[in-house]
This record gives sequence, C-alpha cells and structure tokens, in this order.
Amino acid sequence: MSAAPATASTGLLRMEQCTIRFGGLTAVSELDLHIGEDQLVGLIGPNGAGKTTAFNLITGVYRPTAGRIHFRNEPLSGLTPQEIAARGVARTFQNIRLFSSLTVFDNVRVAVQLRQTGGLLRALWRGRAFERQERAIETEVMEILDIFRLSRFRHTLARNLPYGDQRRLEIVRALATRPRLLLLDEPAAGMNPTEKVELMKLIEFVKEKYRISVLLVEHDMQVVMGICSRITVLDHGVKIAEGAPEEVRAHPKVIEAYLGDNKGGRK
Amino acid sequence: MSWGAKRWLLLAVACAIGVSLLSHHFNRYYLGIAIDVGINIILAVSLNLINGHTGQFSLGHAGFMAVGGYTSAKLTLELSRLLPEAAWPALFLAALLVGGALAALAGLMVGVPSLRLRGDYLAIVTLGFGEIIRVLLQNLEAVGAASGLKGIPNWTNFGWTWALAALTVFAITCMVHSTYGRGFIAVHDDEVAASAMGINPVKYKVTAFVVGAFFAGIAGGLYAHHKQFLSPTGFDFMKSIDIVVMVILGGMGRTVGVILAAALLTVLPEALRGFSDYRMILYSLLIILLMLLRPQGLFSVGRRARLGSATN
Repeated sequence: MSAAPATASTGLLRMEQCTIRFGGLTAVSELDLHIGEDQLVGLIGPNGAGKTTAFNLITGVYRPTAGRIHFRNEPLSGLTPQEIAARGVARTFQNIRLFSSLTVFDNVRVAVQLRQTGGLLRALWRGRAFERQERAIETEVMEILDIFRLSRFRHTLARNLPYGDQRRLEIVRALATRPRLLLLDEPAAGMNPTEKVELMKLIEFVKEKYRISVLLVEHDMQVVMGICSRITVLDHGVKIAEGAPEEVRAHPKVIEAYLGDNKGGRK
Repeated sequence: MSWGAKRWLLLAVACAIGVSLLSHHFNRYYLGIAIDVGINIILAVSLNLINGHTGQFSLGHAGFMAVGGYTSAKLTLELSRLLPEAAWPALFLAALLVGGALAALAGLMVGVPSLRLRGDYLAIVTLGFGEIIRVLLQNLEAVGAASGLKGIPNWTNFGWTWALAALTVFAITCMVHSTYGRGFIAVHDDEVAASAMGINPVKYKVTAFVVGAFFAGIAGGLYAHHKQFLSPTGFDFMKSIDIVVMVILGGMGRTVGVILAAALLTVLPEALRGFSDYRMILYSLLIILLMLLRPQGLFSVGRRARLGSATN
C-alpha cells in the first residue's frame, strides 16, 4: 500500500472510538488507544472492564460495532485474525492456549510457519528447496528456544511443561511470528512474586531485544507500574484515565474503580 | 531425510509389486484378505488425517469411498470395451485418479459447511452427506440403482493395493510432519490460538477433507475392482463407523497405530469365522474391552500417548 511513511505521531496502533456491544451490553465504549513504536503500554482495570475484549478487537476475534483500528497506517477492519497476525500483531491469552499435544519445538515451529512460502505440494514432494527451508526453520526455532532457555524442553509436550514455562512458551511462540506489536493478556496470572519479577525482566528483555511495542493487560499493579511507560485504565468498557504510572495511581477515578466509591471521604 | 522418506516409499512400492508377481503361488483367500487389509489401511490413514490430526469428527468416509468406487467402476466398465487390453492398466490408474478427484470434490463440498460446525454437529452433517450419497446411488439407474453395479473387471491386485497404500501413508505422513502440516494439529488443539499465530483454520480443515476424501476415493476404486460388485448398501453408515473404529482403536492421530488397527480389524472378523454365530458378539466385546483397557489407542506409544496428565 502506498500509505504515507509512519511518523512518530501516527504511531504503530491507533484505535479510534472503538465500541463493541453484545446485545444490550456495551463491553467497550468509544475507546481511543494509541501505541507508538518501542513502547510498553499497560491496560488495566477491574474484572470485566473490557481489557480482553479490547485485545480481541485488535486481533480481529471480534469486530467493533463502531470505530476504527489502524495498524501501521493500515486499517485492520474486516481482516481475519490470521491476516492481522501476518501484519505483525501477536498475542498471548489469559488462559494459556498452547497447542497442548505438540512439543515445545513444534509449538514455535507452527508460529514460524507464518513466514514460510509454499505449502502442501512442496511438503509432499520434499525437494531440495523444501529441505533447505525446513532446516532454516529448525535453526530459527532452536535459536529462539535457546534465548528463552526452553531448548531443554524442546521434546516435551506443551501440556507437560511447568506452569511458568507454559506462560513463557506462549510469549516465545508469539515472538516467533516476528511481530511489531505484542499483546500480552495477563501474563502474571497465577504467578508467585518471584515469578512475577522474572516475568517483568522477561518482558523488558523482549521489548529491548526485538525492538517491538508491547501492550500489557494486567491485574497485578506491581507488574504494570514497574515496567509500563504509559497506562490506560478501563472501567465498565470506558477509559477513565491515561498517563504515566504515577499519575494513574493517584487518579481519583482509578482509586474509585479499584477500591469502590468512598462515600464518607473524598470524592 | 527427504531421500530417506522417498527411499522407503520406493522400497515399499517395489515390495508390493514383487509380491504381486508371485501372487499365483499364494492361497487366493489369504491374498483377498491381504488386499482388504491394504484398502482398509488407505481408508483408515486418510480418515486419520481428518479425524485424528485435524480433529474434525467425520462420519462420511464411506460416502467418499462410494463416490470414488462408483466413478472408477463406471469408467472402467464403459471404457475397457473400447480400449485394447494393453491399455487396461493405464485405464485402471486413470479411473482410480478420476474417482479420487471426484471424491476430493465431494470432500470440498462437505468441508466448506464444516467450517461453521464442530464436534457432534459436524459428525451429524457428514453422516447426512454419506446417507445422501447412498440414497442417490440407490436411485441412479446408470449405476445399477438398488441392484448394484455388476461385472466390474477384476483388476485390483496385491501390487496395486499395497503400492497405493504405501503412497497414501507416505503422502499423509510427509504432510503432517512438515512445518506446514503441524498446522493440522495446531488447528486440532486450539483454533483460536492457531489463527492468532497466522494459521488459517478454514484452509487447513478444507485441505484435510479434500486430501482425506481423495485417498478414500482411491480406496473405493480399489475396492470396486477387487469385489467386482458394488451395491449402495455396502457404503452405509456402518461402513463409516468401521473406519472410525479403526482410527480410534489405533489412536487418533497416530499413523502406525491406525495402520495396525486397520489390519487387525480386517483380519479379526475373518479369524473369528470359526465361531460363526457368535462372531459379531466376540468382535464387539473385543472392541469394548480394548476401549476400556487402552482408551488412548491400542498401539499408541511414545510421547503423544500420555493423555490424562493434561493441564488444560
């Protein structure tokens, strides 16, 4: 496409006035969300605030009832999840969704496939080009498994991995599609404090190493406040605050959303 | 690796043809059973791609088989009179391929609605498809309607059957083990995650149906020229169930297990002939026992076998 070259102001992802309704329920209402290159943005909010729904809007699982989503200056509306993945948006899931009957190696291999040429017939003929490509894919998978210290598990079935490693593998699998934007849906869920610290380090490492932007949905304040440069807060599908971690933390609406309306005290 | 796989294929084909050349030394009864085994291996391995690897529960395999069988039988019946005897092997091969291609087309037609359905619902749709095929054949005068299609030339021999069985196993194994083919299992495990990784589940499901149906059609063609008689009742719902049982007994998604199960379930009813009246009871009991004792599949060994320890 002959879109204008991306400038700093247009950013990587632009969500404008996105609304989605399920029957009478407005899950996300007129959400504006901008993510620039090389940014680590947090999306927080109480249960049912619409964080995962926002993810599903970006990745094409749901279509917005109204509003536009642009990624690298191209509209994402009407694209299927796989087409959006091919454009450079990768994600993890709140409840881990690995390919449980495939090995760790194959989980990553499937994701690398996104950039593979040729398909069925080539796999049947097994010519020289096919073999070369399969070897290149193998090398690439092993490299990325090495970086994330998962290579010793490469023959293990994904479902037999320890919980923390499953979370990690999901991030690695998403990275194997070589995304420009990585969406992490509650990666710290179910982790103990030590694991959380490790996860924070991992996310920062990923962002630096691959020079990608990360949008992080998280419940855990410690994690979000610790690593995000900017935070957006949702409540009942509406954006109630946005800004640097310190600003958001002190924002009265955020306190109200998380701790409830304090009738007697400040309002 | 590439040469390794292709060499095995060539070796298997050579063996099949070699044995076939010596076939007049063998007992015709046993040879017939060996051909049945080969045909059932093609059927079970191709269904395994749909049911096992891709996880689309299909009960329409007998329908695909019927499409291929009737097509190729009609072709050879009509054309063998016009062609000299020397051209018959080529005609047979062409008829098998056309039968496979038409079955693949039927697979495409079933695969497309299957995109919106899963599990039990898909099973019912494919079951309905199989019945439609059967009823159509039952009423189509051109293929003998209810009285069946008679006088099909006896061209299927050990060599054809086992060479094609080897080719089926080779093609499907190569497919599934390639990076591309891991997508079938990814779609089976989690469609949402697969599409988030850039895999098009629709394409994979339809591909599984088309490829599976193609080989089922070839098996149908072999069957037609082996039995020399086709009747619509031979392709009813029970035939589909038989193939599904082979896949489940062998272990969904495990090629070696499925091959062995296909062989076992073909030989077993024959071996039990001595018990005549109680044969089917024994057969059913054996299947119940096997499912109770080895629910993960009779011959499943190795890593993918360990169910149960799932952390869903």
